[in-house]
Amino acid sequence: MLLYALRRLIYLVPVAFGVSLLVFALVHLAPGDPISAIVPPDAPKEVVDKLKEYYGFDQPLPVQYLRWLGVTLTGDLGTSIGTGRSVASEVGSAFGNTIILAIAATLLAFSLAVVLGTAAAYAKSRIVDRLVTVISLIGVSVPHFWLAIVLVIIFAVELGALPPMGIGPENSTGWKFDRAHLAHMILPTIALSVIPLGVVTRTVRSTVKETLSMEFVTALQAKGMRDSRILFHVLKNAAPTCLAVMGLQAGNLIGGSILIETVFAWPGTGFLLNSAIFRRDLPILQGTTLVLAGFFMLLNLTVDVIQTMVDPRIKRG
Amino acid sequence: MAIQTPSLDIAGAAVQATPASASRGYWKSVRRRLRRDPVTLLCGAILLLIVLASIAAPWLGLADPYKTSMIRRLLPVGSPGYPLGTDELGRDMLSRLVYGGRLSLFMGVTPVLSALLIGGLLGITAGFAGGRVNMLIMRVMDVFYAFPSVLLAISLSGAMGAGTENTLLSLTLVFIPPICRVSESITTQVRGFDFVDAARASGASTLTIVRVHVLGNVLGPILVYSTSLISVAIILAAGLSFLGLGVKPPEPEWGLMLNTLRQAIYVNPVLAALPGVMIFVTSICFNLMSDGLRAAMDVKA
Repeated sequence: MLLYALRRLIYLVPVAFGVSLLVFALVHLAPGDPISAIVPPDAPKEVVDKLKEYYGFDQPLPVQYLRWLGVTLTGDLGTSIGTGRSVASEVGSAFGNTIILAIAATLLAFSLAVVLGTAAAYAKSRIVDRLVTVISLIGVSVPHFWLAIVLVIIFAVELGALPPMGIGPENSTGWKFDRAHLAHMILPTIALSVIPLGVVTRTVRSTVKETLSMEFVTALQAKGMRDSRILFHVLKNAAPTCLAVMGLQAGNLIGGSILIETVFAWPGTGFLLNSAIFRRDLPILQGTTLVLAGFFMLLNLTVDVIQTMVDPRIKRG
Repeated sequence: MAIQTPSLDIAGAAVQATPASASRGYWKSVRRRLRRDPVTLLCGAILLLIVLASIAAPWLGLADPYKTSMIRRLLPVGSPGYPLGTDELGRDMLSRLVYGGRLSLFMGVTPVLSALLIGGLLGITAGFAGGRVNMLIMRVMDVFYAFPSVLLAISLSGAMGAGTENTLLSLTLVFIPPICRVSESITTQVRGFDFVDAARASGASTLTIVRVHVLGNVLGPILVYSTSLISVAIILAAGLSFLGLGVKPPEPEWGLMLNTLRQAIYVNPVLAALPGVMIFVTSICFNLMSDGLRAAMDVKA
């Protein structure tokens, strides 16, 4: 198992190399040169050249890449052009806020999805099955940033029951585990959980249904095993497929939170990324993208390894 | 908004693949099954209505979608002369919603079509050639798979700057890898069938084999998979415009309208939610259509 994890990790190296190339290229996709975004158009040429030299933009591209890669590998993501603070610290604190929201949304979505999906697979009545199908259809079709706005309209504007935006009360400096901060989390968590809820419910339903029709279930029933025990066996067999989809959804949720964080002004990586784009703060854009992609890769790797641990049938060579 | 990775079952569709000669009866039965599926037909009808309305928008006698009016801002739904009210600049909402369909649909469908062309070509090449070519193409795709799709779209658009062309470009890049992966796995499967060997043994050229046997069996599943991406693409395109990265004002587009109307949520909440309803309805219809098509074409997924 350890060997397998190690092999997968080594396999990630060329992918990570490609990712670093792509993230590096982001800066050079930008129209004009990266400096022109931050200096006034009438700045004297010497100043522009000085800045170019300072940021290393006067070097040929391969040199720039290797330099950037070298510095990045030491954990230094550069300096924000907008605030002058280190990118690593800005992304770091934002990432924490994103993860809190992501964990809450994943827990909500996955637990509901397992219950609903299993119920639908077991349901004798077609109504339950239909209902769950509709829920999962809505989950995969709803524009979640619109749902976020609708939630704000209903619960914050009309009912006044929940705060419309922010991570906590006005003078809040960061996330804390208290009533006020939890109240601020409710709406973004719901908005963020709809997509994974839809997708995972669909998967759980079809996988459990498929497992239920397998012969071992009939055998267990014939042997007189209690239904609750059989359920355990069914879920255990359905777990690997569901886990794979869940892992992917958990990762995609990090991407989806960019829009949700913007609606709720939640100070996470998405909010940071969005404001960096409008300030043309390319180091932040680069740093955030790199950190999120790195996290996504590690998450996928972890899911893959867990999957092999859960399912002895999978032999990875 | 997550692109689902193709489950193995999609690839499994090719197992029932047949040599190309049997295809006419197949398409006939697909049509017959579609006719008996009321949900798919209804969704198709709604989509057709939305598409036709947005194409024919200039001839529908609607108000000018660009004409602003400072004294008629944010009129509620049902105001005389403005059946769906007016937006934050006093422009007619009904007209803007209908006109908005043009860009919203265009920006959702075009990237999937271009990705279908490029990704399909790459995937079929990789699957049919195998070996090093396959390795090269698929490893490059792995790099794109290392990003959550929304992040990739936003970072690319963010770096390139707002604008319709840039959005189309970044969305196309987002959808090439999944289509390529599906095409590759189905092609690899088809390549292993006996009828391909038989064709080769009877002297068919590689081009003929690809054209007749591979394309004939691969195109259906790839098309079905691609239609399931359209709803994702429409939401993603609207999302980019919502962030201010896509279509630029004053162009009517559902995602952008949703963004600019956010200031109205306290004054006229129903109005502020309207553009999203259009996105939602369109995306549901595309999802159900794609499900129906999949069932009718007997592609398991």
